[in-house]
Amino acid sequence: MLEIRNLRARVEGKEILKGINLTVNAGEVHAIMGPNGSGKSTLARVIAGHEDYEVTEGEVLYNGVNLLEMEPEERAQEGIFLAFQYPVEIPGVNNSYFLKAALNAIRKHRGQEELDAMEFLALVREKMKLLEMDNTLLQRPVNEGFSGGEKKRNEIFQMSVLEPKLALLDETDSGLDIDALKIVANGVNSLRSPERAFVVVTHYQRLLNYIVPDIVHVMADGRIVRSGGKELALELEEKGYGWIEETEKAALVNA
Amino acid sequence: MSPVMTTESLFSAQFEAFIREKEDRSPAWLQRVRQMAFNRFQQMGFPTMEDEEWRFTPIHPITDTDFVPASAAPVAITVGQLEPFQFAGMEYSQIVFVNGRYSPELTCLHPLPKGVQVGSLAAHLSDDPDTADTYLARFAAQDTHAFAALNTAFMDDGAFVYIPRSVVVEEPIRLLFVSATENAPTVSHPRVLVVAGANSRCSLIESYVGVQRDVYLTNAVTEIVVGENAVVDHYKTQRESMDAYHVSYTHAQLSRNANFRSHSITLGGGLVRNDVYALLNGEGIDCTLNGLYLVNGRRLVDNHTTLDHARPHCSSHQIYKGVLDEHGRGVFNGKIYVRQDAQKTDAKQTNQALLLSDNAQINTKPQLEIFADDVKCTHGATVGQLDADQLFYLRARGIDREDARSLLIHAFAMDILDRIQIEALRRALDEVMLAQLPKPH
Repeated sequence: MLEIRNLRARVEGKEILKGINLTVNAGEVHAIMGPNGSGKSTLARVIAGHEDYEVTEGEVLYNGVNLLEMEPEERAQEGIFLAFQYPVEIPGVNNSYFLKAALNAIRKHRGQEELDAMEFLALVREKMKLLEMDNTLLQRPVNEGFSGGEKKRNEIFQMSVLEPKLALLDETDSGLDIDALKIVANGVNSLRSPERAFVVVTHYQRLLNYIVPDIVHVMADGRIVRSGGKELALELEEKGYGWIEETEKAALVNA
Repeated sequence: MSPVMTTESLFSAQFEAFIREKEDRSPAWLQRVRQMAFNRFQQMGFPTMEDEEWRFTPIHPITDTDFVPASAAPVAITVGQLEPFQFAGMEYSQIVFVNGRYSPELTCLHPLPKGVQVGSLAAHLSDDPDTADTYLARFAAQDTHAFAALNTAFMDDGAFVYIPRSVVVEEPIRLLFVSATENAPTVSHPRVLVVAGANSRCSLIESYVGVQRDVYLTNAVTEIVVGENAVVDHYKTQRESMDAYHVSYTHAQLSRNANFRSHSITLGGGLVRNDVYALLNGEGIDCTLNGLYLVNGRRLVDNHTTLDHARPHCSSHQIYKGVLDEHGRGVFNGKIYVRQDAQKTDAKQTNQALLLSDNAQINTKPQLEIFADDVKCTHGATVGQLDADQLFYLRARGIDREDARSLLIHAFAMDILDRIQIEALRRALDEVMLAQLPKPH
C-alpha cells in the first residue's frame, strides 16, 4: 500500500528525514517510535502533504502512484488520514458542517453519492457512541475550547467517520489519561481490517499495549535504525532510547 | 482653481437655490440651522489627506464629480426592484425613501404601539416643528465634520422615529434608503432622527441600497437619542451601488442605564466613510459598536468610531472585522475617550482585518485617551492572511483548497453576523455576504 524509498526532506533548510525506507502493506499496523526530534512526526506530515516540508530526494508510492505529486486534499480523498499531534482550533467552523464537507468531498471523489443531513447525522451518531463523545461537540466550532483529550478523541472520531485506507496517528496518545487512551485505542481497533493499514507514531510504548502493532520501527536522527516485532517496543521501554543511540554509535564505529 | 473649490462652489449654488426654495416653507429656526451649518461647511471646506482624520481616505472621486441634487432628478422605483433587499422570514415595518425623499407608495407600516411615530422627517418638520427643534441637529458633529455640516445645511427629508417612554416595539422598524440615477450623478443628504424614550425598547434597521450600478453620493446623518434604561438594537446595512460614494455620520446620545447595540455591515459602495460617535452620558450604560466590511476591486471602506465615556460605571464593547481582497483598501480608526469623571469604565476594542491579496491594504489605528485612573481599557488589532495550519487541517480532511479558503473566510466574517440578535436578518445578510465572498473556482 505504501512504499517509501530513500526519502529525504527538510524544513526551513534543515534536513529532518535522511533517507527513510518503509513498506506498509494493507492490513498491517506499524508503530514508529523514537526520541523527540528523530523525525517521526515529520514523516507523518510529509506523507499527508504538509507544505512546510520540502522533499529533496526519494519517492513515496501509494498503491503504486507517486504520492508526492498529490495535493493534501487529493491524498485525503484517496484514503490517507493524518490524526494530528496538535489539532488546530478553527473558530467559526462548525464541527458537523466541517466533517460533512470532508466526508462528501471524499465520497464524491470515490464516485459515491453525497450524504444528506439526515444520513450524515445517523452515521455520526453511531460513531460518536463508539468514542463516547458528547453530542454537543458536533455543534461546536472545530476543536475550539476542546480539552487536549477531547481534541485527540475528535481526531479518531473523524477517522472513524471518514474510514481511510491508510491512517497515520501522530502521537495520538500524548496527553491522554488511561481511560481516554482505552477509548481511542478501541476506536482504532474497531477500524482494523485486512484492507486498512495504520502507522502509529508514538514516543511511548504504553499505547501499543492497546493497539498491538505488527511491526515496530525505531527512528533516530532522520532514519529508521531498527525494525522488529512488537517485542521491540517492550525492549525499548525497558532499556530506553539511549540503548538505540549507543548501539547505533557502535555500529558506526564497527562499520 | 483646484477641483475642491469647484465642488464647494457647486454646493454653494445648490445651497442658495435650496434655502430660497425653503424660505416660506420652513420654520425660521430650521433655516437658521441650515445657514449656520453651511457657513461652517464653507469655513472647513472638504477634508484633504492633510487632515489627520482623513489621512488614508482620498475623497477626490467625490470632489471631482459634478453632482446634481437627487431631489431634482426623480426616478420611479417599483416594489419589485426592492425585493432583493428585503429580509425573508421576518415581519417588520418599513419606511422607504427614494433618493432621500419619502415614498408613501413603497412604505409599509404595520400597526405600531400607541404613541409610536415612524414617518418622514419633512412631514414631521412641518407638523410638529417644536419637538424637532428639541432634538434635531443638537448632536451631530456639524461643527467638525464637513460632510455632516453639508448634510445639516441641506437637511430636509429623511426618517423620524419616536418611541414614547416605556413602550416596547417588538417588530423591527426598517428605514430603507434607495438610490438610483438616470443621467447625471446625484447627491442626497438623508437625515434620520430617532428618539427612544426612557424604558422603551426597539430594533432599528437602517439600510442604504442602490438598485443598479450607478455613481451617486449618499451623505447621511443619523441621530439616535436613547433615554434612561432604554434598549435600542440598531443595524446599519449598506448595499449601495459598487460605484457609489457613501459618507455617513451616526451619533448616539445615551442616557443612564441605556443599552445600545449597533452593528454596521458594509457590503457595498466604491468609496465609503462611516463615522459612529457614541456619547455615554450617564452611569451604567452598556454600548456595543460592531462592524463588518467586505472590500474588493479598488473599493475603499473607512470606519471611524468614537466611544466617549463621559460618566462612571459604563462598559463598551467593540469588534470590527474586514475582509479585503484584490486592490481593496480599508481604514479603521477607533477612538475611546475616558473622561476624568468616568471611573470604573470598562472598554474593550478589537479590530481584525483579513487580507486575501498582496495588493489589499489596511490602515488601522486604535486611539485611547484616558483621563480617569480607575478604568479597564483594552484594544487589540490583528492583520493577517488565512491561517496556514487551519488551511492544511481542512485540506488534510479532503476539502479542496478553494473550498477550505471560502470556509475560513466565511467563518472569519460570520463572527460578526453571529452577534446579530434578529435571526432572519442574520440569515439574510449571510446569504448576501456569501454571494460576495471569494468563491471556489
